[in-house]
Amino acid sequence: MAALFSDHLYEAAAMLLFGVGFTTLLLNRNLLKKIIGLNVMDTAVYLFLASMGYIEGRFPPILREGVTDASAYVNPVPAGLVLTGIVVSVSVTALLLALTVRLYERFRTLNIDEIVLLARKGEK
Amino acid sequence: MPKINDRYPASAHKRVSDWLTNGFTGLDREMTQAETPPAAPSAEAAGQAEDAFQEKARRDRERESDLYARLHHWSVTRGERQARLLYRFLAVIVCGGIVFFLLRTVSALPALGRVDAPVNNEVSYRYISRGPEETGAVNFVSGMILDYRAFDTLGESSVLFLASCAVMMLLRLDRDDAKGPVPSPLSLTGGDLHGDDILRASSLVLFPVIALFGAAVVLNGHSSPGGGFAGGAILGGALMLLSNAAGEERVSRLITERRASLAIFTALLFYAGAKSVVFYTGANGIPLDIPLGEPFSILSAGLILPLDMCVGLIVALTMYGFYRLFTKGGY
Repeated sequence: MAALFSDHLYEAAAMLLFGVGFTTLLLNRNLLKKIIGLNVMDTAVYLFLASMGYIEGRFPPILREGVTDASAYVNPVPAGLVLTGIVVSVSVTALLLALTVRLYERFRTLNIDEIVLLARKGEK
Repeated sequence: MPKINDRYPASAHKRVSDWLTNGFTGLDREMTQAETPPAAPSAEAAGQAEDAFQEKARRDRERESDLYARLHHWSVTRGERQARLLYRFLAVIVCGGIVFFLLRTVSALPALGRVDAPVNNEVSYRYISRGPEETGAVNFVSGMILDYRAFDTLGESSVLFLASCAVMMLLRLDRDDAKGPVPSPLSLTGGDLHGDDILRASSLVLFPVIALFGAAVVLNGHSSPGGGFAGGAILGGALMLLSNAAGEERVSRLITERRASLAIFTALLFYAGAKSVVFYTGANGIPLDIPLGEPFSILSAGLILPLDMCVGLIVALTMYGFYRLFTKGGY
């Protein structure tokens, strides 16, 4: 744990950000804020992946003229994984927001507790 | 010791000493006396006992319902708050525990930026060392996601298409809904921005620049930072700006729901068809000569440029579609 913030600054920041997002997701009763928490968690995962691909003192993964040696560039694989993650997160966020809009149209509130109560009342 | 003396007539000692002094007859007499039934209680006494029993049952019921009422009162006044506090407390504890264990795990990883980390293995080495000659792409990430891992990117584009279909199903306005549209919690503007002079004048300058920049990012995805996803997002933003500034009915006359879906579908079909040809020929050893062109020029990198354009089209139309669906409930 001692070297956490010297050797693993970005990973540790990503994990703290993940915790912040997860806490937001659990503590907030507002659906929009829950979605924001989920997006903060997504961002934490991108930061973690991007920091995993970083190699000290190397070029970004775009060919420089005259530099063909593979050991001159950082790892491009995590960048591709982050791209996949962003696309999936955009899709999931859009779907969640659409569901939230429908719930708001039906119950006229964004509070999840009130929605559950109203939905139960509607069942009876 | 009065207590002991009180109980003495019924004690075993008294009975044994009686038996010793009086012989069997004394004990026999005692036993036969005990077997005679007690006198039946009078009707009045029975009635009193019944009344007392009823009174006791009534008091018990009252006490019980009082207890339930107090419990209910507690649950709706203080109990709800306390349960919520307990939930919040537990949630924070759980999150703190998760973060603690994640940090412990992170501290066991190899340090940031180390070459010998296990994630830097022969896969990335191969992508970088052979990438430019095999894919023709100068941007290793573009070469990776549109050539080596093209199947993954096809899946991503399909996820975007499916998400836009799902959002369309959820948000499309019911035309014969007599109640009229419900105000969406997500519409930030609340009104129509069309006719705002500042927005229209600035978008006259900004839109061509943004659209050109987006197109350049899409078209140069293989030779510089960028690619279909980034450029598509920029183009989608440009379309949103145009829709706000020039009036959404003009833009939506150009990009109808049918045309947008058709364009996305065609792009996906072209993508899948092109990659199918590549997979088929590659797996069966059939030579397929797609000219790779000169590195750093626009017309290079074989199939990556058209695939990037497909991805850019899909992303731009999906972003614009999300915007339209969330604000207006339809294209």
